Amino acid sequence: MAIITLLEAINQAIDQAMEKDESIVVFGEDAGFEGGVFRVTAGLQKKYGETRVFDTPIAESAIVGSAVGMAINGLKPIAEIQFDGFIFPGYTDLVTHAARMRNRSRGQFTVPMVLRLPHGGGIRALEHHSEALEVLFGSIPGLKVVTPSTPYDAKGLLLAAINDPDPVVFLEPKRIYRAGKQEVPAEMYEIPIGKAKVVKQGTDMTVVAWGSIVREVEKAVKLVEAEGISVEIIDLRTISPIDEETILNSVKKTGKFMVVTEAVKSYGPAAELITMVNEKAFFHLEAAPVRFTGFDITVPLARGEHYHFPQPEKIAAYIRKLAKARP
Amino acid sequence: MIAKKYDASKDKQFQILDQNGKVVNEKMEPKLPKETLLKMYKTAVLGRNADIKALQYQRQGRMLTYAPNMGQEAAQIGMAAAMEPQDWNSPMYRELNTLLYRGDKLENVFLYWYGNERGSIKPEGVKILPTNIIIGSQSNIAAGLAMASKIRKTNEVTAFTIGDGGTAHGEFYEGLNFAASFKAPVVAVIQNNQWAISTPVRKASNSETLAQKGVAFGIPYIQVDGNDMLAMYVASKEAMDRARKGDGPTLIEAFTYRMGPHTTSDDPSIYRTKEEENEWAKKDQIARFKTYLINKGYWSEEEDKKLEEEVLAEINDTFKKVESYGANVELIEIFEHTYAEMTPQLKEQYEEHKKYLEGVK
Ligand SMILES: Cc1ncc(C[n+]2csc(CCOP(=O)(O)OP(=O)(O)O)c2C)c(N)n1
Repeated sequence: MAIITLLEAINQAIDQAMEKDESIVVFGEDAGFEGGVFRVTAGLQKKYGETRVFDTPIAESAIVGSAVGMAINGLKPIAEIQFDGFIFPGYTDLVTHAARMRNRSRGQFTVPMVLRLPHGGGIRALEHHSEALEVLFGSIPGLKVVTPSTPYDAKGLLLAAINDPDPVVFLEPKRIYRAGKQEVPAEMYEIPIGKAKVVKQGTDMTVVAWGSIVREVEKAVKLVEAEGISVEIIDLRTISPIDEETILNSVKKTGKFMVVTEAVKSYGPAAELITMVNEKAFFHLEAAPVRFTGFDITVPLARGEHYHFPQPEKIAAYIRKLAKARP
Repeated sequence: MIAKKYDASKDKQFQILDQNGKVVNEKMEPKLPKETLLKMYKTAVLGRNADIKALQYQRQGRMLTYAPNMGQEAAQIGMAAAMEPQDWNSPMYRELNTLLYRGDKLENVFLYWYGNERGSIKPEGVKILPTNIIIGSQSNIAAGLAMASKIRKTNEVTAFTIGDGGTAHGEFYEGLNFAASFKAPVVAVIQNNQWAISTPVRKASNSETLAQKGVAFGIPYIQVDGNDMLAMYVASKEAMDRARKGDGPTLIEAFTYRMGPHTTSDDPSIYRTKEEENEWAKKDQIARFKTYLINKGYWSEEEDKKLEEEVLAEINDTFKKVESYGANVELIEIFEHTYAEMTPQLKEQYEEHKKYLEGVK
């Protein structure tokens, strides 16, 4: 087993999938020759040629829309949007065609595509380079939305996404593309879409996070552990559909629930998760569920971003408060 | 109309100053006052050096991601110099010289790329919209600005710029089609710097020239030597005059070159050759324009040396100033401009975080 980064794990997954399945094509702005601005697809064009790995003009609408057409017509496109904030010009095609083609054609036409999307903040980038837009994807019927927090998960989830018969939005936590390495099996394996993971067992409360925020939660939990607070951490892995079972089992054990996300608060994914817990495990709760989110603001430029991005110290403060809460 | 004479094919590129700074198209040489010519030149020198320094600051870890303009000064300044103070710009992100020429402060530009929104506050009367990172959408906004000018019967023209890569974007076509259909006073300038990050223009478009895309809109179009400050000025001026008279948009392709990296996060050595860079370096606009000014008796090497020193001192002082306060963002600043008034939710979120921060202190 090699020890690799999350970025390398994604590259490896695509590489192995392409080797096995000739119908897979990879494309996006600068995704071919250069391997993308993050170099996630580096080396693939050299290996598989310009027909299967190619650069596109800057036109997100055409990137998403043409992927839909290719998917209907026998290919398996893995398309890249360069940064999260650039999805908007392609959003029409994603919502009106990718997500609906199965339904509109009563199952005759399907769209087995993967849309890769560097996601989230914390890298001191320019405007539109740091959004957390999971609610925009998670609320669209017909789309599956996946995000890994480790290299191991990145490979397994991406392979599952590639093999999924429906369109999958694959959110890549760009903040941890290269931060930290992990042992990843050389062979191909899948992590099922729709399955969360208990990252750490605990008894006092359940904290759910995903993507790069899982690591921030882990740091926060380290801060409170010495004080005797035992936190169960769940990595959601799949934003849509939600793994209700894993979360509910945990909440039934701990009696307390918190969601941590960098996405905006209002109408965000935390609201969805908390509602689910309220609906299905209300009588197990010992305190009102808590959400720790980004603010309802436009993502600030780099110098103000630290206020907005979930910091371990403040997450820890929320954990302490919830730990003290009594029915 | 020059836009009719130099329409689309490459051998018809509009030029006034050749690459040695010699006037090769005397009939077209604009009769600009000395002060204007010197302002154009000085802005280019300031812009060029500010780019070079910003790249250095970034390498030293003092600046965040920055998009240099080196090689595109003439395209930007030629257009800006043809504008009137009441006119609008709907810009892209690579627009330092337009900003400087039209009266924005270098301090603001640095502050913005330094990661502080305060840099987006334009001085009174500088009618340029905030830096647009999103490719293409400036075209639609430009159409709207100009349609409003027409409806309100003001005397404004709107200029918008887009990259060669950006012309692949739907909004480019939608916006220009709007502007053309409504005969709105728009001047569209494609800064064709040959590259869209790693993608060369020949892979972004199958058109022989980008200017010829004007055919589809039913508007005049012209390809200009984008490294020729005078040609860029003359073509832009003609387009501005047309627009102001009510004759609608013009499409200008400034054929030029991005000398630096796309941004400081980019490494052009991966995708382009030294030979290509050297070829274009010979066509550089600043030396060419300097020769023109010296030949006219408006400028000298001594003055040039002095200018260079002044400009470097100015840049240095400006950046030091930016560093001294640019990172000190107050919590309120990230909340206060989401709406005219903070919503109850935002007030709550602000108060809560303020209290948390005070507790930490
Ligand atoms: C909608 C959108 N998609 C992608 C990007 C990422 N991006 C930034 S600049 C760029 C290349 C632009 O090339 P071009 O339009 O030729 O302008 P240049 O930067 O060369 O001046 C890309 C793809 C973006 N900013 N906006």
